[in-house]
This record gives sequence, structure tokens and C-alpha cells, in this order.
Amino acid sequence: MGTPLLVRVGQAQFAPVFGDYAANVARFGELASQALDERCDLLVLPETSLSGYFLEGAVLDVARTGEEVLADLAESFAQRCPSGSPLDVLVGFYELFEGNVFNAALYATLGAIGGPRARHIHRKMFLPTYGVFDEQRFVARGRSLRAFTTRFGPMAILICEDVWHSVTATILALRGARFIHAISSSPARGFGTDPPWNVRKWIDLLQVIAEEHAVFVTHTARVGFENGKGFGGGSAALTPDGAVVTQGPTIEEALLCTTFDMRDLQVARVRQPLVTDLEAVAADLALELGDAARHVRSSAVAGEEVED
Amino acid sequence: MPLPVVRNQASSPEDYSALDLNLALTTKWLVAFLREEVTSRRGFSTVVVGLSGGVDSALSTYLCARAFGPANVVAVRMPYATSSRESLDHAQLVIDDLGVRSETFEITRAVDGLAGLAVDVSPLRKGNFMARMRMVVLFDLAAKENGIPVGTGNKTERLFGYFTWHGDDAPPVNPLGDLFKSQVWALARYVGVPSVIVDKAPTADLVRGQTDEADLGISYRKADLILHYVLQGYTPERLVDWGFGAGEVHTVVRRLNRTHWKRNLPATAIVSSTAIGEYYLRPTDYSPPLPGAR
Repeated sequence: MGTPLLVRVGQAQFAPVFGDYAANVARFGELASQALDERCDLLVLPETSLSGYFLEGAVLDVARTGEEVLADLAESFAQRCPSGSPLDVLVGFYELFEGNVFNAALYATLGAIGGPRARHIHRKMFLPTYGVFDEQRFVARGRSLRAFTTRFGPMAILICEDVWHSVTATILALRGARFIHAISSSPARGFGTDPPWNVRKWIDLLQVIAEEHAVFVTHTARVGFENGKGFGGGSAALTPDGAVVTQGPTIEEALLCTTFDMRDLQVARVRQPLVTDLEAVAADLALELGDAARHVRSSAVAGEEVED
Repeated sequence: MPLPVVRNQASSPEDYSALDLNLALTTKWLVAFLREEVTSRRGFSTVVVGLSGGVDSALSTYLCARAFGPANVVAVRMPYATSSRESLDHAQLVIDDLGVRSETFEITRAVDGLAGLAVDVSPLRKGNFMARMRMVVLFDLAAKENGIPVGTGNKTERLFGYFTWHGDDAPPVNPLGDLFKSQVWALARYVGVPSVIVDKAPTADLVRGQTDEADLGISYRKADLILHYVLQGYTPERLVDWGFGAGEVHTVVRRLNRTHWKRNLPATAIVSSTAIGEYYLRPTDYSPPLPGAR
């Protein structure tokens, strides 16, 4: 059986209850029910949506293993969604794994025959530790970027600052991802415009990714406040030509629903075959990247040497 | 034939656009912030605002009225004997315009009683007495009303340390603390604060005839722009290169660098690896459910 031509993605732009894992798991069940009512195939929740984001040392209180999260989401789903329809879900959470805490996202299928099934966990690679952010103090860094198989074709996940480095999306495109799902907890800043600066910047980043790699892109952002810091929303869904086809409001909660037509991917790739060009030079790029990394290291080491 | 030349625009000390706000969005944001921090997080529906007659406290009161409704806002006038009649009248303008609840609590006897116990009380010390007495009154009224004090301090005065520590900076929720003074003026005009309040010279009204800008030695507008660049990491030398006056830049940087202590919690001697706020880090809003509570 091939993958479907149409994929309907729901994106829950909502405000998690700060520090209350159980309340957010319960909210997930409500959101999943609404997503099924809207005939969604996949529901995406924002970064750290089972706990809130700026938890500092309390990340230990709310972190769970992937297995625990899968079981809890499945139970909440079963309570609120007894219809028997399956739903794929992508949920950001603080993950406990082999003694470390990661800022992670689980992709799973719920409600299918055979029980809940985890498909992939992405662990955030770029941990912002500047300005308002302090992630490296509290969580460990992910080490890999992978596309993974789903009912709807190969997908991939990026978490917040992962997106701000264009090389991550490039790697995922080379790995064959047709969907790149970005999730974030991005504090709103720059109120000279509506939407704020960071929401506009996100759209710029997403458009470049979607158009350059001819992939479907979603960005699921959160809203609400934590310790005075507010999250701006402005979630978006983009087609492989870089068009923003659905965009969430600023500040308010919303469920974005977008039906993607997989044939748009072919149209975009034929019109502008940049991914094919990328594949053709990927080996050279890998060597260049390796050389550049060695240059960075040797420059740093040389800078530490003191001449007599 | 020479090519037409296109030149970049250097940063200019006369270009204030960096401080522009989208006033509609900022208002909506601050109202959402107030509802979240006061009601959702802390469970209060009533707020208490010290209303001086100046633009900062007027703006806070207007925002609170939008966030909670006028019936849930208690505006408190706390005059001292030397406070100007104009300040009281301007505070009344706000009360009448919004229809918020109000109280007037004369602090003269309390301040003079305290000052009478002290020796050689300078105007500075007396000003601190007043600011801290107003804090006491504000928190007491909040307890009486089962409400919470909302702050009125703006970013410029916070960065200059131009406030009384544990006095006017004490309220636990402050919607204006990340807005420069000139942004407060713009937002105040937008939400409808009477122009007679917005347009007058700012004063702490602790000493007759005193104005903030005379105290500070620089206009708020210019100070705000300098602070905007300094906080982003531009050096004073670069600002002078751009055309800012060396004296103005020096005034701003000196005030900023001498007052970091006022923007932080007290220095605490650390003797363990579980020191609060150093090792043991839990955010202000973190209040997890108790084990077994669900």
C-alpha cells in the first residue's frame, strides 16, 4: 500500500500548564479529539508542550522517558478518542534518557491496531544558551539528525534553534525527508511590528527551508506566559514552493489544520530541482564541511598556543 | 561615466525609530501578561496601583483597567505634605476617566513620625522614607482587598537606579519594566492617558520643583536611545563616533554601571552547593502540583 496523496496536519498552538505534566497530558487528549474531529492524520504539539519551557532546575521534575510519554499519551488518547481512528502525533517534551535530560520530541502512532507505536525521538541538537536562554545548563545535547518512516512518507523533526542553522535542514533533505516539522517555544521579542520580530524571522527561515529543499514544512509554536516571558504563536504550514498556506494568530491559541497534497512536492522539485543538485554535490560538501571543521579546530588550538 | 552611488545609512543620534513600538500589539501583550501573572498564576482578581499623577502609574492603571475591569482596580493616592496639588488632581483625572476604585492615604504623619525619630534627615533620606512608606501602604491595602500590588517602574529608571530599593520597585508584577520612558509616553498616548499627564515634565515629586531630567542630567528621549545601543553591546566610543555627545554617553553609562546592585537580589554568602538562586534554580512561576494531589 502506498502513501496517501493527501495528508491533513493539525498543529496545536496552545499554552501548556507550567510545570504540570499530568494537566498537559490531559490537554493533549482534548487536542487529539479535536484534531480527529477535524479529520487530521497527524497532530503536532510545540516544544516542551508537556511541561512548559523555562523550568530551569525543575526540568528534572517533569522529565519522563519516551516509553512513559508514549504510554501516557496513549492512555489520554484512549480516554478522549474512543472512535477507533488512528492518529499520528508529534509532541515536544523533556526526555529522561540514560541519566540525562534532553529537550526532545516523540513521533508516534496512536489508536492503531496493535497498540501505540513510537516511530522516532529527535533530541534537540542546538541548545540556545544566550540572552533569555540557558538550555545547556539544564539539558544535554542531541547528536543526530534523521528522517524516519511514517504512514505518510519520510519525515523529520527540528526543535527551535535547530532550525536557525540552515545546515540541519540540508542534512534532513539529503536524508530524504519530505516533511520537516519544526516545533518551538520562542519568546516574543521586538514589538516594533505586528507580528513581533521573532515571529517574522521564523517565517523567513521556514520559507527558505521549504523552497530550497522542496519539502513540506510545519512550524508549531506555543503561546502563553512563563515568568513574564510570553510566547508569540504565529505557527505556520508551508508548501514546497515556500508558500505559507496556513498561519496561526499572534498571542491566541488555535488549532491549525492544513491538507497537504503530496503531488505538490513533485511539482516543486521539477520546477526547481535544487534537491537533486544538492544530492549531486553532497559528497563534495561533506568533505568541505569536514575540512572546515578541522580548520575551526586547528585555528582554535593555534590560538591557545603561546609563543616564547 | 561614473556610476550612481548608493550609500549606507549610518546609525544616527537623531534617529529614534529603534524605539518605535507597535502600540496596538504591545497593549494587547501587556494586558495578556497582566491577566496571566495576576490571575492565572497567582489567583488574584483585584489589583492595587499606587497612582502618583505621573505618566507611569497612569499607564499601569489604564492597562490594569483593561485587564481586570475598573471595578477590580484600586488606585491609591498617597500624598505627602509637600506633594503638589497638581499630582493629586492628575491622579483624580485618571480615576474619573476610568471609573476605577480609589483610595487616598496621606503618608505625612507616618513619614514625619519616622523622620522625627531620626537625626539630620536629608531630602534623599526623606524621599526614601516616602517611597518605602508608600510600599507599606500599597501592600497593606492589597492585603485588605485580597489583591496584589502592580508596579509602575519603567526600564529607564530601572537602568538608572532612579528608584528606592525595596520601595517603588517592590510590586511583584510590573507591566512597564521593559519599556523605556519614551515608549511609556507613546503607549500612554495610545491607551488614552490624558495629555496633560503625558506632556508634563516627569517628576518624582519628592522635592518641590524637582524634575527627573534635571536630576539625571539628560533628557529621557536621548538617554533611552543611548541605553538602547549600550544594552545591545555597542561601546560608548562607537556611540560617540556616531555623533552622540560624549558627556551624554558618559552620564548614561556611569549611572548604568553604578546601579547593577539595585536590579538584583541581595548578595548572599554562598557556603554550599545548594545555594538558592545559584545552584537551586526554580523560576518565579513554578508551582508544581503536590505529589498525589491529582
